[in-house]
Amino acid sequence: MAPIRPTLRPRGSDDLGLRRALSDRLLPLLVMAMIFLAALALAGAIAAAGLARHWQGGAAALLTVQVPEPDLPASPGQLRADAVAAVLRGTVGVATHRLGADEFAAILRPWLGDDAGHLALDLPAVFEVQCRDGVEPPGLPARLTQAAPGTIVEHNGLWFGRLAVLARSLQASAALALLVVALVATAVVAVATRAGLAARRDAIEIVHGLGATDRLIARNFAGRVTKLVFAGALLGLALAVPLLLGLATLTAPFHVGGLAIGSAAGILQSLPPLLWGLLPALPVAAAAIGWVTAQATVRSWLAGLP
Amino acid sequence: MVRLDGVGLRYGSGPFVLQDLNFALPPGSFRWLLGASGAGKTSLLRLLTLAVRPSTGQLNVLGVQVETAKRRDLPPLRRQIGMVFQDFRLLPHLSAFDNVALPLRLAGRPEGQVRADVAEMLRWVGLFKRENARPAELSGGEQQRVAIARAVIGRPALLLADEPTGNLDDRQAERLMQLLAELNRLGTTIVVATHNAGLVRRHPGKALHLEEGRLHQLQAEDLV
Repeated sequence: MAPIRPTLRPRGSDDLGLRRALSDRLLPLLVMAMIFLAALALAGAIAAAGLARHWQGGAAALLTVQVPEPDLPASPGQLRADAVAAVLRGTVGVATHRLGADEFAAILRPWLGDDAGHLALDLPAVFEVQCRDGVEPPGLPARLTQAAPGTIVEHNGLWFGRLAVLARSLQASAALALLVVALVATAVVAVATRAGLAARRDAIEIVHGLGATDRLIARNFAGRVTKLVFAGALLGLALAVPLLLGLATLTAPFHVGGLAIGSAAGILQSLPPLLWGLLPALPVAAAAIGWVTAQATVRSWLAGLP
Repeated sequence: MVRLDGVGLRYGSGPFVLQDLNFALPPGSFRWLLGASGAGKTSLLRLLTLAVRPSTGQLNVLGVQVETAKRRDLPPLRRQIGMVFQDFRLLPHLSAFDNVALPLRLAGRPEGQVRADVAEMLRWVGLFKRENARPAELSGGEQQRVAIARAVIGRPALLLADEPTGNLDDRQAERLMQLLAELNRLGTTIVVATHNAGLVRRHPGKALHLEEGRLHQLQAEDLV
């Protein structure tokens, strides 16, 4: 035999008059604003994490060697770029990669567009040099300059390291913003629930006196609050997604490899898959916060009754 | 059934409104609760409906020691107690039908049984055609009858009433007394607080008489 489950009116009825006590306007609007901010903070956290990974990976390259006028002779029978490449090949403990035309085009595309690879620019030869264990071989810059005067050696590791720290700080700030939004949401739900309790004090005392359990009363409140919070969260998400897609479309040219933004699928792909996975979790998390907070608030209030 | 030993009650740190109450209500007994305004009748009823716990002494209601009972043990006990409030205490957003149905639904009765029982009870109190009316649409007497129907529909083991005939005409008041007598015969313990000397005269019985929070037990006919 199924256990008896006390109830008030049949499911869906407004047993305690909560529709008037917990307005369907203010709470959803506040939650909508918070979920909007939470979605932006979440996107910021994921973007900052991506940048941190990218820059930390870049730090391993350590050196960028630029050889101006690479096609001029450095010595009879040897071009300047080849002279530098020979020095790098002959140096123990380094791995070298010379950027090709396609890689140049990808780097320049954000500033010069799709025709970057076909412009008549006098571009330097660029080598990415990874040093074993991050230690630069002694005297390498001097030998490179000797092989091709005017060669520039940039120590990227220091800057990439600083940028990675900056990205991690941004990531932490975004996570902190998410936490603050969650705390504010909790406070807003608690205040709204308290207001509802005050507005329905008489009704609650009556059903309490008739033998309603704390669980039953808290369930009624939590059900109403959760419904309002979830609705507000969906609205907030509906506002945030177009904005995020717009921002992603604007930053797409800076992505290595680029994205085909022209199509609808391309626009959708402009947001990281992780963000697509987490955005739907925001309304669920908000609803969970609403349920737990309302339950705790109502039960704490009811504990004051005999 | 109900037993008070040295029970006192005060609200917060205020003065005692009830002091050193000692009496027992056997199962199926009937008591008038008499006393001047401010004597403590409503406070005693609040004690017996478990709306407050005693500040001192021991209170046993339907086998549960109230002053030491855990909160979670009280709701099932409250469902065995019916109460008719002086100010009706109906839920304003619910219809007469849903107000009367509250105790049955809280007890987990099947909805089909709830509908049948409530319809019968509303018919009995003469409000069947007003079942969809909300309290604000009912007269004082009609609201009182809804409150009475709500108090008795669950066949409570203990029924308490605070001035239950205050808004009823003589005919309705007599019908109410017949209902209380019937419930009493079926084993319900009943306490009725009233100022209505005529009602007490027509239905003589044992009485609890409160004076400044202290109790005197005597026969009601001694008072009138």
